[in-house]
Amino acid sequence: MSKRIISFVLNGDPTDAVIEDNMSLLDFIRDTLGLTGTKKGCEQGECGACTVMLDGRPINSCMAFAAEIEGHELTTIEGIAKGGQLSVVQKKFIEKWALQCGFCTPGMIMSATALLSVNPDPTEEEIRVAIEGNLCRCTGYAKIVEAIGEAAKAIREVQ
Amino acid sequence: MILPEFKYLAPGSAEEAIGLLVQYGEKAKLMAGGTDLINYMKDGILAPEVIIGLKEIKGMDQIVYDEEKGLTIGALTKLIDIERSDVVKENYPALAEAVHLIASTQIRNKGTLTGNVCNASPSADSVSALFVYGASLTVKGPEGERVIPIGDFYQGFKKLALKPGEMVISITLPPVKENEKAAYLAHTVRKAMDLAIVGVAAKITLDENGVCTDAKIALGAVAISCVRTPQAESVLIGRKITPEIAEIAGREAMKDCKPISDVRASAEYRHDMVRVFTRRAVLAAADRF
Repeated sequence: MSKRIISFVLNGDPTDAVIEDNMSLLDFIRDTLGLTGTKKGCEQGECGACTVMLDGRPINSCMAFAAEIEGHELTTIEGIAKGGQLSVVQKKFIEKWALQCGFCTPGMIMSATALLSVNPDPTEEEIRVAIEGNLCRCTGYAKIVEAIGEAAKAIREVQ
Repeated sequence: MILPEFKYLAPGSAEEAIGLLVQYGEKAKLMAGGTDLINYMKDGILAPEVIIGLKEIKGMDQIVYDEEKGLTIGALTKLIDIERSDVVKENYPALAEAVHLIASTQIRNKGTLTGNVCNASPSADSVSALFVYGASLTVKGPEGERVIPIGDFYQGFKKLALKPGEMVISITLPPVKENEKAAYLAHTVRKAMDLAIVGVAAKITLDENGVCTDAKIALGAVAISCVRTPQAESVLIGRKITPEIAEIAGREAMKDCKPISDVRASAEYRHDMVRVFTRRAVLAAADRF
């Protein structure tokens, strides 16, 4: 078994960890780092429940190896709230009832946050494209799209 | 799903990657985004002993456009950066459209165009667009660099024209002239996360009287790899593009493909959709004038 130590930035903090080469990034986040906000759904890059940000880009953590994050910045759902304060996107998901069972929610919030970081004024179509790789089996898409639009608006008003 | 054991190596240069590829030979697999490879490993289809991760190689993720040389896309350029690129959208819209149709935002933030090409899926959306734009691949190996036209790259089902130790380092699309327009359309059930039942790219060249002087039509998901349809192309040449002519081209395209039946569609349905989507792609390209 090939083990190694990797250095990376986890939710803003420089971190070292021991990994095995054949560990998916998702298993590393959940089992080694103990951050279980990132969900394990299909493990095939289809459902988006495991979405995290690598260097600010949304990716499926099931479709990456832990070894790939050496020297890079990893953001998980646990890194979205700052100083005990939920982010605007998180608050809008609650306000707009954009969740039912909640399993897809961390992935949805990661995709939405990544979208708003590059596109502060998305059209509804752009919001839908940003979450095209996130399945919600409660099928609450309308509320999710609405919440992301409201979050974009709220962030623009503050700035 | 448990991944088989392997050693992950992250070379810092193409030369170093080629050295590793020569050293490990068949035991090694190159990985750019890994969004196909990792699934194959989870499904037990591939079990490489060594993975040569390319993502730490600097300077291979560029999109460079030159009016004389055309567009060069590095092997590590992510799909999302291609569809968002202004020079791609403006000059090579069929490529931007095809890339946008691949999988999901998350996959396109990790996957690369070169990976899509080298995975060699017969339904790969980007490949049809690369066929009609006349793209070529620059490959590098122990004996140096060479250029392979995309039309010569597929030598059978998932069989690439790469020699041992060679890797694709960039993809080049020649410049597109004012009188050339192209479009790509795919028939899918969902807008995202779906493979094409049929994909068609068409590029047409019109003279000042609106008469077609050249046509390139490529069909995806209906043969062992992407294929051109010379019969449909020859229908268009020398004629003005009308819905009737486009329909005739579609009927001819049906003769140039050998689709299979699978979970997504029957061979018969695919055949008919080749007609429909060839017609639509030709008209979509003509609409761009």
